[in-house]
Amino acid sequence: MTLADNRRQAKNSSAIEQFLAKTPVHIAVVAIAVIWTVPTFGLLISSLRDQEALLQSGWWTIFWQPGRIAEFDLENYITVLTSQGMGQAFLNSLVISIPATVIPIAIATFAAYALAWMEFPGRQWLFVTVVGLLVVPLQMTLIPILRAYTQLNLSGTFLAVWLAHAAYGLPLGIYLLRNYIGALPRDLIEAAEVDGASHLKIFTRLIVPLSMPAIASFAVFQFLWVWNDLLVALVYLGGNQNVAPVTLVLRNLVGDRGQDWHLLTAGAFVSMIVPLLVFFGLQRYFVRGLLAGSVKG
Amino acid sequence: MEGSSNLVRILSAIAAILIGSGGVIGIFYGLNLLAERLPRRVRTQILPWIYVGPALLLLLVYLILPTLRTLYISFFGRRSDEFVGLKNYIFAFTDSDMLIVFRNNLLWLVLVTGFSVGLGLIIAVLVDRVRYEPVAKSLIFLPMAISFVGASVIWRFMYAFQPAGQEQIGLLNAIWVSLGNEPVGWLINRAINNFALIAIMIWLYTGFCMVLLSSAVKGISKDVIEAARMDGANEFQIFWRVTIPMIRSTILVVSTTIVVLVLKVFDIVFVMTGGNLDTDVIASRMIKEMFNYGNYGRGSAIAVILLLAVIPVMVVNIRRFREQEQSR
Repeated sequence: MTLADNRRQAKNSSAIEQFLAKTPVHIAVVAIAVIWTVPTFGLLISSLRDQEALLQSGWWTIFWQPGRIAEFDLENYITVLTSQGMGQAFLNSLVISIPATVIPIAIATFAAYALAWMEFPGRQWLFVTVVGLLVVPLQMTLIPILRAYTQLNLSGTFLAVWLAHAAYGLPLGIYLLRNYIGALPRDLIEAAEVDGASHLKIFTRLIVPLSMPAIASFAVFQFLWVWNDLLVALVYLGGNQNVAPVTLVLRNLVGDRGQDWHLLTAGAFVSMIVPLLVFFGLQRYFVRGLLAGSVKG
Repeated sequence: MEGSSNLVRILSAIAAILIGSGGVIGIFYGLNLLAERLPRRVRTQILPWIYVGPALLLLLVYLILPTLRTLYISFFGRRSDEFVGLKNYIFAFTDSDMLIVFRNNLLWLVLVTGFSVGLGLIIAVLVDRVRYEPVAKSLIFLPMAISFVGASVIWRFMYAFQPAGQEQIGLLNAIWVSLGNEPVGWLINRAINNFALIAIMIWLYTGFCMVLLSSAVKGISKDVIEAARMDGANEFQIFWRVTIPMIRSTILVVSTTIVVLVLKVFDIVFVMTGGNLDTDVIASRMIKEMFNYGNYGRGSAIAVILLLAVIPVMVVNIRRFREQEQSR
């Protein structure tokens, strides 16, 4: 046996040793990942099974009888979308979430630019206030705003939830964007000013394009937050079923049809499909928004 | 017929989206056009206020004034027409149901923060050593995208309960029964229902903690770990003596975030049990006072307690921000 052989053997055995030493790590990681996935996976399988099968046997039994996969269909989804109001609710969620994302983005970006690059009295104080407002629980605002909405006949309208969501999202948006826009190179903005560009031109041609990463993070965060919200919709939309978003309709399904698992499973997935698409498509921006915005009220 | 009414619905949805989104941009352009007609000196003074104005207005109308108003009416009766002093607060801190609410919130705070941060840290360290790290992380992080309502339905199904002798369709009871036990009403039994609800939040937020802590763990220099290994430290010693001390500030930020989130937890309790069977928490109790009992005084007092609980976090945030500004 040569020295090189010896060495190779030692190397091989250490590779195996390393793998064996890592076995507990592999088991732990795989086990946790599986445990974390099983609840959602079970719901997905169940949403494809028909009403009777769902109540007769657990969803995991299809693994012992793989032939039954042939019985899967979209029946439950069709029922929940047409006869349980989930279809309208899905549209309502879009109508609520898109403006409730665009409005605070526009307002927060303008404000962030002014706070970062314009001179006016009290701007430091204004920003400190924004930082303070980040963690104010929105529960503090529900009663007075609901009363005002009732008086103004705004309760149960899209405008009511758009403005409320926009305002609740603003502290985070201003905070995030002001930090980003404030860190842009001073030379760039001064050069544009010397060239005689107006503030609006600097803003639309320079600031907005350069801040796209931060705007995207905030957009993803705010969109998911609004889409997934129950509290704001519940309080300000009240019992108006015509404008109810998916979360509210799903919650009512749980209340009224708590044992109708064929409706609940499909309904839950209808409410989750958009967030899941956003999650898989824009995970990078979502993580960044979360890192920055984990303190939102 | 039905096809055309669906079309109308979709078109009106699109119209609403365009009006809502376009309106705000239109307002800024209109204001800006007006400002440009002013003489230059006035314009440079007014323009900043046009830019921050809408933000200021919304913050004032939707956050600052209502907060003050809530504080004010927390000293008044159920219809806000008679001054009652501290009566609502005395109720909040002495009523036996309210004491259960505080006990529950404390349970939530300790268990959710402890488990999601602890598990998140362990997973962050473990996952760093395997090659399929991105996949494992995505799966554990995925629940973050799901709403509390959606997660509640997912877990209602996990906790589903049938009387003994019938086929269990909830996974937990199926496993429990196959081990030779009686089925458990996870959400009904007062000794365990709070823990069943808390588990949902842990499931939702462990991934979030993992992502934040994982980026901190990756920030620790390899030389430090190598040096500790050379000195004969084993993996557990490295974890306790090197990893944890080096990412302490991240652990603190993550824990604070979870504490603030847990304090305001509402949806899970509201959807799963409606706060019945001793499962109410502060935020769900507040909504109950507001809608079910129509008692705005008590509802406001409970909201104020929530605010008081987050004020330390607010102070720390502002202090940290000021330090950052000074070191800029």
